Amino acid sequence: MNEKLLKSAERKEQLLLTALTIPALISVTLIIVIPVGWLFSLSFLGKSGDFSLENYQKMIVYKSYFRVFKTTFNVSFLTTIFCILLGYPLAYFLSQVPKKLVGIFMITVLLPFWTSLLVRTYAWLVLLQKKGMINNFAIDMGIWETPIKLAHNLNGTLVGMIHIMLPFMVLPLYAAMQRIDRQTMQAASNLGATPIQAFWQIFVPLSLPGVAAGSLIVFILCLGFYVTPAVLGGGKVIMVSMQITAILEDQFNWGAASALGVVLLVTTFIFLLLASRFLKLDSIMFGKH
Amino acid sequence: MNWLSKQASDTQITHGQRIWLYFLAAVIMFLLVFPTLIVIPMSFSDSQYLEFPPEKWSIRWYEEYWETPRWINATITSLQVAFFTMLLATPIGTMAAYGLFVSGSKLGRYVFFLLMTPMIIPVILIAIGTFYVFGKVGVVNSIPGLVLAHTVLAVPIVMIIMTSALRTYDLNQELVARSLGASRIRAFFSITLPQIKFSIIISALFAFLTSFDEVIISIFLSGGGNSTLTKQMFNALRDYIDPTIAAISTLMIILSTTLMLGAQYLGKQD
Repeated sequence: MNEKLLKSAERKEQLLLTALTIPALISVTLIIVIPVGWLFSLSFLGKSGDFSLENYQKMIVYKSYFRVFKTTFNVSFLTTIFCILLGYPLAYFLSQVPKKLVGIFMITVLLPFWTSLLVRTYAWLVLLQKKGMINNFAIDMGIWETPIKLAHNLNGTLVGMIHIMLPFMVLPLYAAMQRIDRQTMQAASNLGATPIQAFWQIFVPLSLPGVAAGSLIVFILCLGFYVTPAVLGGGKVIMVSMQITAILEDQFNWGAASALGVVLLVTTFIFLLLASRFLKLDSIMFGKH
Repeated sequence: MNWLSKQASDTQITHGQRIWLYFLAAVIMFLLVFPTLIVIPMSFSDSQYLEFPPEKWSIRWYEEYWETPRWINATITSLQVAFFTMLLATPIGTMAAYGLFVSGSKLGRYVFFLLMTPMIIPVILIAIGTFYVFGKVGVVNSIPGLVLAHTVLAVPIVMIIMTSALRTYDLNQELVARSLGASRIRAFFSITLPQIKFSIIISALFAFLTSFDEVIISIFLSGGGNSTLTKQMFNALRDYIDPTIAAISTLMIILSTTLMLGAQYLGKQD
């Protein structure tokens, strides 16, 4: 008897607690579920207004779509690779310095992380311009003789995107390295491994889940990039998000734009499913917080 | 004994053997911070090209910003939107985080995932989707529409901060209060809330910043007299390198740095 009462009281309480999420759920429904659902249905409407797959067929037929997807994957892949190359040593360094100092060094990761993406993109535009600091510096040092076009192309875009995405790589990597049991390294050392052997055979394999998590999150976020390639690419680097906008601005074709958006979304979710095997979302955002 | 020959880690490696790692890390940290910080001295340059170090120092770009109604109006709009986003997202996110954390139900995991999607879905989809739907309802170019969209982006961040705050908090204290006769609501407000208040302030700061810095949704949903600062900046960037943006960027860097350091400081209080 008592047990039953307790059970029903518990269920009631669970319901009440879940009810606290209702405002959040309503806003997500209004801003994500309905709009994205609407786009989804628009993508299946042809020019005549009936159900049709023509928007998706276009993507296969026209080479321009293929180029946009190729560029998007290319840029995302290269950004991810460079983020690993730069992020791993930095995360490793952070995992090795005394606890007291981590906070100070971590500011160098968190400061850009929380600085407006637009501001950082602008900063690179200024640095990379023809009369910019990097050209001036290289000419003064005799590295090259005349100003080189550094922005408004693929390289400029990559530089900006790597800089913007690097904290997203370092934070999960650092979290993963933090979890590695230090005794395993001591044991390896006691058993006669040189520091280099211990690093490559013990530490690196144990840190791989962090590399996977960081890479997937960087890659996923890169797929949807818009501002940085639009500003630093100079019209030469067209990524999916930009193509969507272009279709809307030039042709006002909601069906085609929506179809492209749906493909982008599905791609993102496929990689996210992969990612969910490795990562907890909250460990990415704030490192130790 | 010299620091360089001291053991540096659990293996026998010394600081001296590791000096390359310290050097490499220093270079990477420099590359992370430098491009953002260099904008600050550049914004005080008198030249159109924002050279560094400036040959002649001046505050002309700050004057330009201050005297252009377009920039000032956009700043006011952005501050308004960010403020209301903060007011909405903080309670909504905190309630959701508390409800999901305390109930610990299976359904909750799916709800949590759904509420996190705004962090992962390409923002362009949210932007054009809401643009389309808001267009049907007739709330494009309005501040409330933009606030609602930014709120959805900020809620996941609030939830992440609040969930991790609740994780370090001992919920049994609430049980004690309730066993002594306090209602659930009273227990929350008089026992739990005072102990997580700093995390709430931190999440409010980040909610504000999320909205203030947001670009893509603002491009689509704000316009006319209600254009946000980021929208105006983005439009100006596409045409030519407007040095006024260096001044605005400096102000934005100061804002985000202050909020971030404030949050770091508050984080140590809880």
